[in-house]
Amino acid sequence: MAIEISGLAKSFARADGGLREVFRDFSLTLGGGRVAALLGPSGGGKSTLLRLIAGLEKPSAGSIALPAGRIAMAFQEPRLLPWRSVADNLRLAAPGLTEEALNASLAAFELEGRGGDYPGQLSLGLARRVALARAFAVEPDLLLLDEPFASLDLGLHRRLRALLAKRISAKRMTVLIATHDLDDALLLADEVILLGGAPAQVKRRLKLDMPREMRDENLTKLRKLAPFYPSSPEDDDGNSVSS
Amino acid sequence: MIRLLSLGLFLLAWQVLAMALGPHYLPEPAQVAATFAQEWRSGAMQYNLGLTLGRVLAGFSLAMVAGSALGLALGRSPALDRMLDPWLVIALNTPALVVIILAYVWGGLNEISALAAIALNKFPNAVVTLREGARALDPALDEMAQVFAFSRWRRWRDVRLPQLAPYFAAAARGGLALVWKIVLVVELLGRPNGVGFQMNMAFQLFDLRLLLAYALPFVALMILAETFVLRPAERSASWWRRHGH
Repeated sequence: MAIEISGLAKSFARADGGLREVFRDFSLTLGGGRVAALLGPSGGGKSTLLRLIAGLEKPSAGSIALPAGRIAMAFQEPRLLPWRSVADNLRLAAPGLTEEALNASLAAFELEGRGGDYPGQLSLGLARRVALARAFAVEPDLLLLDEPFASLDLGLHRRLRALLAKRISAKRMTVLIATHDLDDALLLADEVILLGGAPAQVKRRLKLDMPREMRDENLTKLRKLAPFYPSSPEDDDGNSVSS
Repeated sequence: MIRLLSLGLFLLAWQVLAMALGPHYLPEPAQVAATFAQEWRSGAMQYNLGLTLGRVLAGFSLAMVAGSALGLALGRSPALDRMLDPWLVIALNTPALVVIILAYVWGGLNEISALAAIALNKFPNAVVTLREGARALDPALDEMAQVFAFSRWRRWRDVRLPQLAPYFAAAARGGLALVWKIVLVVELLGRPNGVGFQMNMAFQLFDLRLLLAYALPFVALMILAETFVLRPAERSASWWRRHGH
């Protein structure tokens, strides 16, 4: 499922009456069936790009061509329906989900036995896992993940990243991950797309061929491929994921 | 227990006061009970209470349905809201009596005018409450529903209505309290039956026994409805908030 973005422009009205230009004449082509990480500092347009692709924002100019197919998204916040159980949250997003597929979706994010819980009973880490399980339960052709680990502590961040890496490898779909964390990009993506500047432009594209399951032990080496982007200091111990 | 004691004290105070003032100013509880029994045996009590309850229910439902619909529309459309808000302010501040008289003058002394007057008095109140509810809808959940391609029906049933339920419940509770007082005035001014009409009769005859014999059961019914229907409904409208958070 290839994504073709051309001549994209998007501005938002600022509080002072001016315009904040997030994109101007922005173009990007992404191959189908691959995992791409949009890497860049916070506020750099990554989320806006995902929201434009998801159809939640309208471009001021330009076009975004997506082949037909189902889209799913995990937002920065879990966005679960608090009056519905975990299982019902999945069922509502993926109508026709069989009991077996539901259990498999929950199990993939280590949520066995949580189907009857309500979102208000879950910690943020668990709620995020439910949100990811929901997105995968849809069996989307295009999966958009907006800072899937935001505001999790380091241990939970790594654990969830490892679960996500496994899950991504098990399915063939186009995945677009917005993250400000270099390690997230290096461990999960087939291609890292560095966004920078304002309005945002593609600064670099970095292809990663190493199989995902080999990346943990080679993280220090991988980081050397991206000297242009600072790793987060707390991740500098070089043995990131243990699962 | 304390409530029973309180009720007992109330009856006792009533009895003492009635004996002090004499039956012309305040009939004794037993006399009121006797009048009630008499009206019940003749069927007049059930007939009038039934009619009044029917009017409460019909006017209340009309106002809730129409008021909720407009309230939701205003909450979701700022342009419409700016347009209609001044009208709403006028409606909220128009005395119930004015609305009732206008309804009877324009529509004639009939059941439809009566129901319109009841509903119109509650209507602006429902509009304002549901407008608040519509404004409080979480856009993040709407976006989620959009991305996951929820159908229109599911967007309302599973995403928006649960958020609106507490506002419906609040409008209903406030609405009943308002409507049942207005219904009596509506009946007093232009209906040949109902509790309000009986009160008018009692007033003409200076018959406080009759007045209280109709007023107290009606008050009791409204308290029962409030305690056993509306209050539980309001609690269950936001049950999920009590799960953690």
